[in-house]
This record gives sequence, C-alpha cells and structure tokens, in this order.
Amino acid sequence: MINKVRQHLSQNEALLFERSSPGKKAYQLPELDVPAVDAAEALGAENVRAEIEGFPEVSEVEAIRHFTRLSTWNYAIDHGMYPLGSCTMKYNPRINELVARIDGLAWAHPYQPEALSQGCMQVMERLELMLAEITGMDAVTLQPAAGAHGELTGILLIRALLEKRGNPRKKILIPDSAHGTNPATAAIAGYAVENIKSSSTGGVDLAALEGLVNEDVAALMVTNPNTLGVFEENIIRVAEILHRKGAMLYMDGANMNALVGMARPGDFGVDVLHLNLHKTFSTPHGGGGPGAGPVCVKKVLEPFLPTPRLKRSGKKLTFDYKRKNSIGRVKAFYGNFGVLVRALAYILAHGGPGLRNATMDAVLNAVYIRKQLEPYFDLPYPSPNMHEVVFSDDRQAKLGVRTGEIAKRLIDYGFHPYTVSFPLIVHGALMIEPTETEGKLELDQFIEAMISIAKEVETDPELVKNAPYGTRTSKVDEVTAARKPVLRWKPA
Amino acid sequence: MLDVCGAGSPEELFSHLPEAARLHRPLDLPPGISEYEIVEYFTRRAEENGIGYTSFLGAGVYRHYRPVLVDTVVSRGEFLTSYTPYQAEISQGTLTAIFEFQTMICQLTGMDVANASMYDGSTAVPEAAMMAVRATGKGRVLVAKTVHPEYREVLRTYARNQGMPVEEFGYVDGAGTLDLEDLERKMDDFTGAVILQSPNFFGIVDQVKAAAEIAHKRGALLVVIFTEAVSLGILEPPADADIVAGELQSFAITPSYGGPYAGIIATKEKLIRQMPGRLVGQTTDSRGNRAFCLTLATREQHIRREKATSNICTNQALIALMATVFMSVYGKLGLRELAEQNLAKSHYLAGKLTPRFSGKFFNEFVAKVGSPDAVNKALLKKKIIGGLPLGRFYPELADCILICATEMSRKGDMDTVGQVVQPAAATEAAEVLA
Repeated sequence: MINKVRQHLSQNEALLFERSSPGKKAYQLPELDVPAVDAAEALGAENVRAEIEGFPEVSEVEAIRHFTRLSTWNYAIDHGMYPLGSCTMKYNPRINELVARIDGLAWAHPYQPEALSQGCMQVMERLELMLAEITGMDAVTLQPAAGAHGELTGILLIRALLEKRGNPRKKILIPDSAHGTNPATAAIAGYAVENIKSSSTGGVDLAALEGLVNEDVAALMVTNPNTLGVFEENIIRVAEILHRKGAMLYMDGANMNALVGMARPGDFGVDVLHLNLHKTFSTPHGGGGPGAGPVCVKKVLEPFLPTPRLKRSGKKLTFDYKRKNSIGRVKAFYGNFGVLVRALAYILAHGGPGLRNATMDAVLNAVYIRKQLEPYFDLPYPSPNMHEVVFSDDRQAKLGVRTGEIAKRLIDYGFHPYTVSFPLIVHGALMIEPTETEGKLELDQFIEAMISIAKEVETDPELVKNAPYGTRTSKVDEVTAARKPVLRWKPA
Repeated sequence: MLDVCGAGSPEELFSHLPEAARLHRPLDLPPGISEYEIVEYFTRRAEENGIGYTSFLGAGVYRHYRPVLVDTVVSRGEFLTSYTPYQAEISQGTLTAIFEFQTMICQLTGMDVANASMYDGSTAVPEAAMMAVRATGKGRVLVAKTVHPEYREVLRTYARNQGMPVEEFGYVDGAGTLDLEDLERKMDDFTGAVILQSPNFFGIVDQVKAAAEIAHKRGALLVVIFTEAVSLGILEPPADADIVAGELQSFAITPSYGGPYAGIIATKEKLIRQMPGRLVGQTTDSRGNRAFCLTLATREQHIRREKATSNICTNQALIALMATVFMSVYGKLGLRELAEQNLAKSHYLAGKLTPRFSGKFFNEFVAKVGSPDAVNKALLKKKIIGGLPLGRFYPELADCILICATEMSRKGDMDTVGQVVQPAAATEAAEVLA
C-alpha cells in the first residue's frame, strides 16, 4: 500500500534553446553614463565575435517558468527523507542561506585590504577553532573546496612531512570498503595504491595491516565509522601499528556525523582528517555542490598546510604567505567562504550540546531502521552500527530482484533511494543513512515502504523490477546514453 | 524508539566504542543560539569588513549585477536540497539544467563538449593540464606568466607529484601580450600542454591562434584559460584551443571572499574520454520520452578508483545553476550588451589613468601609478577600494595596479579615481626626481 504519495500533474517544458525566439530578452541594463566605444576599434576587429549562435532568447516570465517547471521534476530533502548512505542528507536550515547572502560578506572581494576583511577573517578563525575542538586536532585549513579536494590536500601534507624526514615513501594503503575518491586521490598525489582486505567483521584486519606496513607505506586512509557504519574497534591499535613504522593515519571524515560530541579522531590516533561541511555541517548539496573540505591536522603537520595561513596578531587578523614548508596552494584565494559561513551558522545554532544531541539522534535513527528491517533483509556484518546501516540484497536476489531495482521501487513509495551497491565489500548493498533530522513518522513510513517492497519481491517480483511507475520520467536508458553520447543540444 | 533499539538511553548506543576512543567531557563550545542572534552575529562581522565602499578590484573576481531571478531559482528547495542526480527518474530538473549549462558553455567557448562544472577556475587548470598530458603522453607543461598567479600556484602544487614539470614563459614588456618567441624557444617534443589566459591577467586579449600554431607544431595541446566570462559575450571564442578551462564567477556568483565559484572544462570531441568530472547526456526513458542522465562514468573515481581521470566527485551544481539562469536572463542580446558596457566603462577609466601596456584590453588593465599603496590609501579615504597592487606577483610591476571597471562602476567614481591617482602619481614622480 502506498500512502505517502499520489500523482499530480507536472508541466512539460522544452529546452531553453527550443523555446527561444529572436529578440526576446529578460534583462535590463541602465543607460551607459560614459561614451560607448567601438568594439572593433578597442579590441581589434579580428577579436570581436559574431553573435553567440543558439544562445537563449526568452522573456523573464518564460525564464522563471522554465526553471520552476524543471525544479518540480526533482526530488529533494524538502520533499522528504533522502536516505543516501554516506551522503548525510540532513535538513538544510534556511537561516544559513540568509546569512551567507549578507551584503558585507557576499560582496567581499578576496583582494580587498585585510583591514577591510576582518569580519570575514574572524568567521574563518572561529570556524577553524571550532572544527579543531570538534575533531580534537591542532590546526585546520579551510582552503580545500570539497571532500576529495581535502583528501588530496591531506595526502600532500603527509608526503611533504615524509619528504622532509628524508623519504616520501611509495604506497598508500586503502581498505576495500573505501570511497572511490580515496584511491583516486592517492594516485593524483603520486602514490601507488595497495588495497587491504577488510576483516570478517568489516573492519581493518590487524594481522593483514601488520603484514603490509613497512618502510614503503606512507599512510593508511581509513573511514571511521567505516562505510558499513561500523566503528573501527581497533582504531587505536591501527594507529600504533602505523606510527611504529613511521607511517601516518589518514581519516576520511565523511562519517563524522556519527562522532561529533561523542568521540574525536584526534584522541584516537588520527594524524590528518578532512571534513565534508556539506555532510556533517549541513551546507546544502545543491544537486551536487558546492561543498567544502577543511583538513584538520596534528601539530607535526601544521608547517606544511597550504598558504596562506590565517594568523592573529593582537586584535588583528592577517594572512601569512611566507611559509617555506607549505605544500603551496590547492585553490585560489582562501576556500569556499560562503560554505564556511553556512557551516559556522549551523554550529552556532546547535552549540556544543546540540551537536552532541544531533549525533545521538543520527545513530538512534539508523539503529531503529536496522532493528525494524533486520527481519526482512540480510545484514552481512552484524557488528553494532552507528549512523548508517548496510543490508545486502542476497535474499531478494534469489528471487531475481537486485538492490538497484528495490531502490527504483522505493521511488514509487515517495522516497529517494538509499545508496546502491556500495560499499563494494557487501554483495548487492543497500546503504541507508537517515540522519538525525528525520522524525519517527517519516522513519516509520520508510520502514513500511521497505517491508512492503520486500513482500512484493516475494509475491510479484516483476512489479518491483519494472519500477518506477509513478514518476513523470520512467526508467532511463543509461546504456544508450553512454554508447552514443549526446552531451549538448544542437539545432535539428 | 529506544525500546525497539534495546537501549535504555541514546548514550548506550555508543557503549561499544572503545573507552579510550571516547570523549568523556562536553565539547568546549558555547550553547546554541537563536536565529535572531545568528543574524546579528554575521551582520556584525559584515560591518567589521567596512560598509559603503565601492570597488575597482578585478583580478579574477568581478563585480557584476546579479539578476533577481538567479536567487529566486536557486533558492527553490528542489534545486537547493537535492543531491548529485544519480537517480535520473527523480532528478530530471537538475539533469536538464546541467545539459543546458553544458550546451551554453559550448556555445560560448566554441568547444564541442563541456562538463557539468569544476570547483573553480584555479583547480580547473591542473585538471586541464593533466588531461593534456594524458592525451599526448608528454609530461611537460608550459604556462604563460600572464595566467592568474594564484592559478599557477595551484598548478604547481598538483604538478609536483605528477612527474609533470612546469615551466613558465614570459610576456612582451610593451604590449603585455604573450612573448611568442620565448614560447617557441622553450617548446620541445616532451611538452604536452601550453597554457595561456585570454583576456590575460593584465586584462589583455591575447594571441590564441599564434600560440596554437606553435603548440600544435610540436604535438602539444593548447589550453586556454579565462577568468572573466563576460568577455566571451564580445570576444571571438578560443576555438583554436584544444581545451578551454575557466571561471564563471562573473555569471551572477557573488565574490563571497573567494568562493564558492564554478569552473568549467570544455574540449573537442576527440578528448571526451579524458574529461574529468561529471557529464550529463541525453537519452530516452522506457516510454520513449526525452530524458537525461549522468554518463560516461567509467572515467570517474567511483568506478575506476585509482585509474580515474581525476579524483573529483562533487561538482558545483548549484553555482553552475546560478550561471545557467544568468545566461538565460541575459541571453544572446544581453550578454553582448553587458560586454559592451564593460568595455565602455573600462576604456573611460583608462582615459583617466596611465595604462602600462599597449595591448587591447577588455574590462581591466594595468595602470602605472607610482606608489600603489599611497594611491590606494588616498582612495580609501574617499570610500573607494582601488586596484590590486601588482608588486606582490610581478616585482617588475611594483609601481602598477591592476584596475577593473564593470557595468556597476559609476562615472562619478571613475572620475574620482582619476583625480586621486594622477596627482598622486605626479607627486611620486616628482619625489623620485628630487
């Protein structure tokens, strides 16, 4: 029974290029208050272009209708639960949007004098200090633009330190349960990747680790809690094994939503970690960005952080560009400041106790879902889970239905699917992360939907396999899209 | 819920964490505050930045008017609070908008394909360089000194560990354009990428065609960078480039103290499979309707892992959407008119100052002012933020500023800049002579 949704009409809409008519416009510019110049004369005739062929020509009402109609074709957190595991799709408070748009912040130019940037710099300093306290680390750079960018920064820091010690080493160890960005990052930082098999409980296999760590290993990249949502119970031992051989422990902070206020990476042996402000600290995902990926480090890595570094001298904040050991810049200017503002607003709104409560609710919600769904779906790793839970489709696969198909059927029930087929160590994974911002009503509806689909798999597998039915766009042919790529519109 | 979970309290759900790994005290953070207090906090910070200044800064970040429609659209929760459109059936809004974005970037740049956006212009540079190196199998990179200095710094950070030596070539002192002889001299058969910017960091329209010939003759690819996207409304697109990488901040993205912005990479058909980042493609759904989805994912990290074309995961979808709305609002006529206004304003301002270079410029230029610090100090007294002192990046231009005028620059303010700068420069010159 589908209770959460019923169909309504959605508007069709052509592409902007198809609905354009010559001469239409949606803009007004003021009268020029200076003499016009002849473009051919000012730029050289050979440098002046003809009109931009195919560019849109629509009126204002056509433009607003176009994008409004498109928007109604999206599912979003504002519609309902978005249980994408590993993505931490929590509610995005609108106050964050408002403060990021305050004129004096939004229009601050990165090259305006430091004396006229003290407000921005204070925001950054405060956020750096708060993130250091939350993670138990000593220093923070806010420069990286996203999680993967933070990973790259973190690995370059490790490389710089090891180089300084005389040998950058050759390899990064990465568990087979890791996000794809981890090995891609290691490769870009000039390291070879060695995969390390997870233990039978899904964690880092200590014996395997001991066997692999030697003078060639620069670091282990670990996600904690890992991508199964399970806390690495041996994390302190893991750190010891690495440190004894002069290697570093890198932590992917994608799952910090399970730890804030309850445990700190700096306290359990982590040397470097990146945070995803768009996950843990609720800056909106915006259809896939912008994010921000601050990197938090122990004191020993501080000299290598990207330039410039924020520095306080008395009442004044300045940027320090003269840092001879720095890895250099990873991005122009100082970071995704607008995202930093949103994250700070989120931390200020919650405060210390509020952040801890959020963590407890996130874990409570995930454990609740696990307990309710355990009778219906296989749970390959039964260790206690934290903020997310990963089932396998083994039971359903025997009846011919796979995780991707169950996910599509979930759409008909009014939910965004969970993360499909990740982590790779779980066969046919269903990775569910509710976050703390879902209430019991929404959770129960989700649980009912999942149970109902599990029953459909038994009684009518074809029904599930051909889903979704209720969407304006039915199953999309992704194979043809990749085989014959059409990546832009062209006039017929 | 606790009963179902078999726990007496939420804390109990954490009891399996090793004792030594747990935090046994509250975080040292103040208690939460209300919405009103948060607004107050950030309003104060904004005030500390200084209020009521007008600015002539450019240098990669430009002041352009943001049409109201932009925030109206991006504030819709359906765009703001959705994720990467993996589930095509319920993400057609974002996917369609990205497809339109890719199309408009191609139309603007003269390239065949564009990706769904990069973090920003600066990080698009090393990604473009790595692309060229992969495509040619040649590791060396030559970059013009007139590429944004911070972009070059980012390139060096990435290149250091890629076995990708980066060397710079110069500019012609009088014109401020590429030193093509220097480029020719430094070219060799191991160079995979030649990177230049146009309009260059000095605001000058540069010689894309000539550089392309030099690069192609030795089997390298040409990468053209832009930081001022509005210039594409009037300038010939860099169609001779193999890869175009740039920054879209000018398209309705607030300066926001340096980010978030959106970068692009666009290229020719033959290099599609070397592209980093997300791509949206057109296809059909099972009912035969046109539909869009993410495609060619076999280039990407979540499939290829350490063999991916890049480690990039996120793009800048919401920021790219701002640019898409901007391009739709201005459209074919508006982007041209906007560019013409920028051209008129900057040339009016240049008439009041002493341009350092003779090259043709778009909306910013290098002005010789004597002492940039003295001039800027005098301007600040009049509530005007002057140009960027160039000594920090180009010691040979320590007596110059890079100054920018856009459609938002008023004639009265430009007159004031002229009045303040010229006498100050004259005094400085007199002092030097004395």
